[in-house]
Amino acid sequence: MSALRQIAFYGKGGIGKSTTSQNTLAALVEMDQRILIVGCDPKADSTRLILNTKMQDTVLHLAAEMGSVEDLELEDVLKVGYKGIKCTESGGPEPGVGCAGRGVITAINFLEENGAYDDVDYVSYDVLGDVVCGGFAMPIRENKAQEIYIVMSGEMMALYAANNISKGILKYANSGGVRLGGLICNERKTDRELELAEALAERLGTKLIHFVPRDNIVQHAELRRQTVLEYDPQSQQAEEYRQLARKIHDNSGKGVVPTPVSMDELEQMLLDFGLMQSEEDRLAAIAKAEAQTA
Amino acid sequence: MATKTLDDRPDHEALIEEVLAAYPKKAQKKRAKHLSTAQPAQDGDTEILSKCDTVKSNIKSVPGVMTIRGCAYAGSKGVVWGPVKDMVHISHGPVGCGHYSWSQRRNYYTGTTGVDSFVTFQFTTDFQEKDIVFGGDKKLEKTIDEIETLFPLNKGVTVQSECPIGLIGDDIDAVARKKKKDLNKTIVPVRCEGFRGVSQSLGHHIANDAIRDWVMGGEGSDYEPGLYDINIIGDYNIGGDAWSSRILLEEIGLNVVSCWSGDATLAEMENAPKARLNLIHCYRSMNYICRHMEETQGVPWMEYNFFGPSQIAASLRAIAARFDQSIQDRAEAVIAKYQPLVDAVLEKYRPRLEGKSVLLYVGGLRPRHVVTAYHDLGMEIAGTGYEFAHGDDYKRTGEYIKTGTLIYDDVTGYELEKFIETIRPDLVGSGIKEKYSTQKMGIPFRQMHSWDYSGPYHGYDGFAIFARDMDMAINNPVWGLFDAPWRQAA
Repeated sequence: MSALRQIAFYGKGGIGKSTTSQNTLAALVEMDQRILIVGCDPKADSTRLILNTKMQDTVLHLAAEMGSVEDLELEDVLKVGYKGIKCTESGGPEPGVGCAGRGVITAINFLEENGAYDDVDYVSYDVLGDVVCGGFAMPIRENKAQEIYIVMSGEMMALYAANNISKGILKYANSGGVRLGGLICNERKTDRELELAEALAERLGTKLIHFVPRDNIVQHAELRRQTVLEYDPQSQQAEEYRQLARKIHDNSGKGVVPTPVSMDELEQMLLDFGLMQSEEDRLAAIAKAEAQTA
Repeated sequence: MATKTLDDRPDHEALIEEVLAAYPKKAQKKRAKHLSTAQPAQDGDTEILSKCDTVKSNIKSVPGVMTIRGCAYAGSKGVVWGPVKDMVHISHGPVGCGHYSWSQRRNYYTGTTGVDSFVTFQFTTDFQEKDIVFGGDKKLEKTIDEIETLFPLNKGVTVQSECPIGLIGDDIDAVARKKKKDLNKTIVPVRCEGFRGVSQSLGHHIANDAIRDWVMGGEGSDYEPGLYDINIIGDYNIGGDAWSSRILLEEIGLNVVSCWSGDATLAEMENAPKARLNLIHCYRSMNYICRHMEETQGVPWMEYNFFGPSQIAASLRAIAARFDQSIQDRAEAVIAKYQPLVDAVLEKYRPRLEGKSVLLYVGGLRPRHVVTAYHDLGMEIAGTGYEFAHGDDYKRTGEYIKTGTLIYDDVTGYELEKFIETIRPDLVGSGIKEKYSTQKMGIPFRQMHSWDYSGPYHGYDGFAIFARDMDMAINNPVWGLFDAPWRQAA
């Protein structure tokens, strides 16, 4: 058995982290990898496509019901889904109360202490969109995930988020072993998307692992609570996820310490790609429009 | 042991230099601003004996030093709210803060503990991991309900927030409003999380604001005020201090409507704004609510000092001057009545204490208020300082101490030890944390927060106890046995 690989998926909220990660992991399982998914989102929807249902028993809700996390048994919170993928969700409070970050820390510690990480080849963390506090940085702290994969697209806010997450990785890269595995571009059909993704990857000192084209089949599968690999294994999109899975598998140990850029540099890059107008161009455009109406 | 006279006093400026030399540059620069000596009063400054606001104060302690300060929770739960006897004070959060503040600070009270009074009881919501993750609002509600069932004679509940409440952002105000409606009792949420502010001082302020918003904010009491109604504010009745103050005020003909917050009830606090005058004992911890009553209800306030006969007489006269001739006459009669007691105390103790020097390091008002009591016994103050004072406290300190006295703000463990070692005063008056290290140096010590399990020290009766206690510490035969027999000079 090869050493346990711990990876994590981060990215802007709504970018498709959960969908991408579950499809990729479903492809990894085809390569005879034993997998554990740790959902780190109070919404508890990181394992929905693998279990074909929403996880009902999250670590924290069960712990709260029973009194404390010490009263929990691993079997209570570990469910087995598509092709033997083990799934667990940290869960957390309803929006606006308590401390979800502390919940993530509690849940991960519980899983580790109770042997959830034994007998698997991969542990994959799927983390809430924004790293709002220390709790959501848990998977990149304390030598948990070795490689972080950032799911992004050609949209400006996704690029900002990718850069910010790189800053977080950089912070913990020096004290622990966490590295940036690479970017995964989830196509949104924005202008020059592939080029932009590659350019950002270069700036961050990493590479674009895979460009996942947009395909409505993902939506069809998702409506049926399935991954594309389960819904239509022969489809072109399933093949894309297989490629991504293979690339991630081969990327072991090749993660880098990222080189995040400043806000100015990032905006300059967007200017260069014509995504953002410079102030002069914008004023010129306004003047031109006014001249025409006059 | 040879007794030092004040003429042998070391050069304080040099001593400060020496102490600061031990620090790294940055800490040195910061701490230098907190150490000084009392400077001569400027011409025309008739109010003060010396200028003491030469030190910086109310600033964050330097990391790494052993500060003697407390936190905002200590200021609210431990000082202002805790002594209110007929309310239940919940230490809201994990169990530690509540456990270590259990039983309060010897805030004496009458009543039946566990039936209608709860000062020495400890209530906590005992937060567990799930309360942090899912929020503690529901647990707080349940705790208040349980308190209502178990102790139905409580007049209300206060929620004393520990750090995690602020971190997870629990809405305790909403819980308080809901339970107030449910139970028709006063429920006070206090956002006194320990990480707020630089010392317990902010906790006092927050607690005062909570009284303003949740006790005085209501429709007011139907108490019919009288001509001679006053409030004692900022006396926590440690060892019975407020009682020995109260009898003097009553003897001169005043009616004490409320005493905050030693031996206090919620009803007293509600009646307080109807009084004619607020008498502030501890200015630092309760000036806020007095200013509020002055601004909104027009109740004037004044400070007073009941430590030692000189200050007691001066304060009684100043208080009486706010009322009519009958009160003034009675004040003179009371001062005269106690004069034989004062004479007897001085006759007995002054010869035993004359010329002895004292180094003080305490909290809110005592670093200045007790000074004259020592002077009355013929003793001198070598140095004084506050844990959590602000600039106005140091300004007031000048009313009491002489030029050249060592002044130290938020003193560090190291600094205080150095000062004590070098100056070797005849007595150190500070807290429990400083007690045993000082005694091990062979120097007599009295706790000046808790009166070392004695008291009261306020008023004439208190002065007799104060004098006895100081004599007992300083002239204890044990100090003659300090050196091992084989080390003693033949």
